[in-house]
Amino acid sequence: MNHPLQAYESVVGPQVIYELRLLAERTKGWTVRNINSTAVGGGVAEILNRMNPLLQELGINARWDVIKGGEKFFKVTKKFHNALHGKEECFSEEDFAVFLENNEINANSLDLSGEVLFIHDPQPIGLINRKDSVNSKWLWRCHIDVSNPNPQVWNFLLPFINRYHSAVFSAPSFSQKLLIPQALISPSIDPLSDKNKDLPEDVIQRILERFRIDPGKPIVTQISRFDYLKDPVGVIDAFEMVQRYVDCQLILAGGEATDDPESAEVLAKVRDRAANNPDIHVLAIPSGSDLEINALQRASAVVVQKSLKEGFGLTVSEALWKGRPMVASAVGGITLQITHKYSGLLCHSIEGAAHAIKQLLQNPDYAKKLGENGKEHIRQNFLLTRHLRDYLLLFLSLYREGDIIHL
Amino acid sequence: MDPESLRRAAQPFQFKSQLQLRQLTGLKATNLAQMLQILKSAPGSVIYHHTHHFLQQHQYLTPEPPNDFAYWVRESLQEIKLAEKLTSINICDYPNIRSLREKLIQTIEPFLEKNRHPLREAPEGQEMHFIKCVSFVLPTPFTAYDLNEFAAVLQKISIHSIYYHMFESRIRLEKPSNDFSLWLEQEIGETDLAKKIARLDPYTHTIEGLRGKILKLIDARFRQTPGLDGPKGSGPEVPA
Repeated sequence: MNHPLQAYESVVGPQVIYELRLLAERTKGWTVRNINSTAVGGGVAEILNRMNPLLQELGINARWDVIKGGEKFFKVTKKFHNALHGKEECFSEEDFAVFLENNEINANSLDLSGEVLFIHDPQPIGLINRKDSVNSKWLWRCHIDVSNPNPQVWNFLLPFINRYHSAVFSAPSFSQKLLIPQALISPSIDPLSDKNKDLPEDVIQRILERFRIDPGKPIVTQISRFDYLKDPVGVIDAFEMVQRYVDCQLILAGGEATDDPESAEVLAKVRDRAANNPDIHVLAIPSGSDLEINALQRASAVVVQKSLKEGFGLTVSEALWKGRPMVASAVGGITLQITHKYSGLLCHSIEGAAHAIKQLLQNPDYAKKLGENGKEHIRQNFLLTRHLRDYLLLFLSLYREGDIIHL
Repeated sequence: MDPESLRRAAQPFQFKSQLQLRQLTGLKATNLAQMLQILKSAPGSVIYHHTHHFLQQHQYLTPEPPNDFAYWVRESLQEIKLAEKLTSINICDYPNIRSLREKLIQTIEPFLEKNRHPLREAPEGQEMHFIKCVSFVLPTPFTAYDLNEFAAVLQKISIHSIYYHMFESRIRLEKPSNDFSLWLEQEIGETDLAKKIARLDPYTHTIEGLRGKILKLIDARFRQTPGLDGPKGSGPEVPA
């Protein structure tokens, strides 16, 4: 469910909304055409679904088109996606030919008019070949972690990227040497969504009951997919070190493994590892269980994100927004969200995580202060309204030069 | 003091705001020598970002250390002594980004001379990524012709506006003082108040804290002037 901009005033303050409206006077009437490869599912579609109505409310004609492609094309782009994440993949000449041909077909059928053409991720990147035939500014938004891309696919994409007017990345470590400006725009959470909105205590209690969790015993939680990179087994190791000194329970909750064989394998290992410990709750819950995730986070004494690798880590923003004290690995975008000992505790190992969890469970006042600081940090920097402001500035930056721009 | 003695300016104070877009540079350091090299050659807007972004990003407290260079040297390189020196650089002492850059270099160079081998490397994933700041200066409809109006707008203006006039215009646009002090002195003859505001060390406050301090100074000035009934500003209403 989308909310009007006014609804965010009670969360971020009236001045933030006022300045957004003031800024948007400079982009009033612009057409911003988003183009990506899927209308449903995934982070990009979620962002566009939330952002476009707000951009429209601010007077921007925000459009969203989806490129078409057959099975062959999406097989290639899936390989691109994995390779950009650093996975070994082999590409043939035919793969690249399929990719280019599909981009050409889409370029012929899409309306490419408007002040800003906002191209998301690699699938439609080749539309830039139409740059000279339209009078628009071109933006390439990379939503994926390209800190260690496979060189073959990166070198294939690079000439396309460098023809854009500007690129956008989500975290500093994704930055590459490019010939064009590259904006840093972090993702955001929607404080009014089911996953993040305030919940009455009885709703939280009912959800705990449903999962048979004892509300009287301190809860340590990690919310994440069952994925090796989220190190759920490491979380159990850390928890058991803590459990020797503090009577507490652990929740490992994440999306149900349906079509990802690796996820099913990790879930099985986690269940096996947790089998003899009645204080560990492994919850594979259907995706979209936003209220449940919200309640589990709110009921926790400490929330953990012990990832080995992380893109941005929106689950960290979500937990901090609920004022929860956090213990998280110092990787990827997590370090943008947690300043060690100010807004949470950072760790680098299982032992470090155990020590930090114990410290927070045994010092509730300290934990509370970190949680409060974390919440304010998210309020200032990682809510949807900041994302909206960044987008407006990004659009304006395409038509202005210099490091100090007087509007 | 008589209320009539509050002067009305010929040129009103025009409140502006500023919003920032961060840009990545692709530059990164894994040790001190690399950081020094980048510090010497990076655009001024990179130095500005890493010494100022905390002011707008951390509204709830003033974290120590307050600049990214010091933070990275301490947290990732574990060079505590150097980190302390970088932390204690008082940005107020530097009139522009050039001189601040020079000070950072002068602090790191001798340390590096003495501690050349072996250089500590940041653990994987904790490299220092250099970011630059593009500022958009946005005029607001708020203006003030006298101290009453000035205080009224100051109460309701955004923290980004206070940031712009107190920090950015001094060090980045290289004005002799902050905008508030300049206008108070030059346009309405509030020399004493202007000096008091200029003497605040703004880097050790949160911006909300700074707003409170300035309003207190203005309030003290009002109390010297019996008969004034509080500030009235001009411009559209923004609920504070």
